[in-house]
Amino acid sequence: MSATAAMVERPPPRTRGWPRPRIVGYALVCLWIAFGLGIVGYLVFAWNPAFFAKYAPAYLRGLGVTLSLVAISMVLGAVLSMPVAYGRMSRNRILSGLAYCYVYFFRGTPLLVQTFLVYYGLGSFRPELQMIGLWDFFKDAFNCGVFAFALNTAAYQAEILRGAIESVHRGQWEGAASLGLHKLQTLRKIILPQALIVALRPYGNELILMVKASAIVAIITVYDLMGNAKLAFANSFDIQAYIWVALVYLVMVELLRHAIEWIERRITIHLKR
Amino acid sequence: MPAQSIWTLLSWGPDGWSDDIAYGVIVTVLLALATLPIGLTIGFFIALGKQSEEPSLRLAANIYTTVFRGLPELVTLFLFFFGMPILLQHLIRYFRPEATIDVNSFVAGMIVLSLIFSSYASEVFLSAFRAIPKGQYEGGYSIGLSKWQTMRLVVLPQLLRIAFPGLENCWLSLLKDTSLVSVVGLAETLRNAGVAARVTKHSFLFYSIAALVFLGLAVVSSFATSAILRSLGKREAQR
Repeated sequence: MSATAAMVERPPPRTRGWPRPRIVGYALVCLWIAFGLGIVGYLVFAWNPAFFAKYAPAYLRGLGVTLSLVAISMVLGAVLSMPVAYGRMSRNRILSGLAYCYVYFFRGTPLLVQTFLVYYGLGSFRPELQMIGLWDFFKDAFNCGVFAFALNTAAYQAEILRGAIESVHRGQWEGAASLGLHKLQTLRKIILPQALIVALRPYGNELILMVKASAIVAIITVYDLMGNAKLAFANSFDIQAYIWVALVYLVMVELLRHAIEWIERRITIHLKR
Repeated sequence: MPAQSIWTLLSWGPDGWSDDIAYGVIVTVLLALATLPIGLTIGFFIALGKQSEEPSLRLAANIYTTVFRGLPELVTLFLFFFGMPILLQHLIRYFRPEATIDVNSFVAGMIVLSLIFSSYASEVFLSAFRAIPKGQYEGGYSIGLSKWQTMRLVVLPQLLRIAFPGLENCWLSLLKDTSLVSVVGLAETLRNAGVAARVTKHSFLFYSIAALVFLGLAVVSSFATSAILRSLGKREAQR
């Protein structure tokens, strides 16, 4: 902030009366309120203790499945993203070409197609997989989901990591080299602490995207949050099955978003003047 | 079923599946193209609302993006696809009790994808709005253009150019999100590939083809967008 910021610019006085934007704004807010009240009213009206007693535990279990799926695949993806990011930044043509193809494939095709490719597609190689003893792993839909999600998020995380590392100025590498640090030390002690501040927001967005995308595994018969909602809807034909699950996802995503914003504020305190 | 060679399976015609998948590709592309203008228009107005001085308008626009960016695409789709007929049924019962309502999966997909696309596009438009200096509006007003004319003739051309790369990303994710509509029964690429996979038992082959189709669409659109960007740049340079 420069000296000009010291001169406080007063916000313009609020316009009085009812200009057109205000009318539209109030109308739209009223529409949202009506929509929200409608949903709440419906949930109160359709309140069914039997439904709740029957499916609430299933939803909780589903929430656990969703969270563990996201957590496991995020961690595996983070591990896998390191060699990919290294390949992307490497000067070796073959290595960087391979990493580019990997990233392009997983970012260019829908996650649903990738999941189907793993869950149904690998079934074509059942004898071969049985021979090397991997069939027991790929037989389970949850494992297939984790496998596909980890590969997918690794591609995105590799790009985040690469972008963050490249955002650190080259002088930092040179300075560290002139102090006699070797490459790995430089990366760990100098580059990564600066890069991770840049990477935090994209990582957070990726986490949110994964939470949202995890609903896809319901289609390959995993009983995660969405899978249980599907089951509840199929059994009861009660649309509140999906309304409840939507609320849970919405709360989850909002919590994550605010948590990430809070962390970002905390770790960039030293950058604020 | 006699064992068929892969080439028969991939041929065009009653034995092969290429024609079914090609039909699916057309549906995929049509769905994405039909969504694009609706999503762009809604997204533009949402962004306008978000940068408005009127707090209530900002609030309404922010609720919109919070909801549609916070909900998983699949949940939005299911809520709409299964919820809308129930709602409409309740409404229509007052007029014609015997009528039944079915939601077409193409239309449902189009509406849901526009909601999602517009909430992401509005963020892109918003940051583009912020990149346009206030002087551009003031210049427009000072030569006597009305508010709407300034927006259309002065701001919008610059806005589109700034927002273009971000919108390209939105378009690519829209293209990928169309595959979700296969879940509610739209016969697009993934669903037709899935049918072929189930009938022929060559799952890996057909799902790979679906993946390649989406990859191909992404490549084609990146060529198209870079061509558009080049022509935009050329026009800029001629001025």
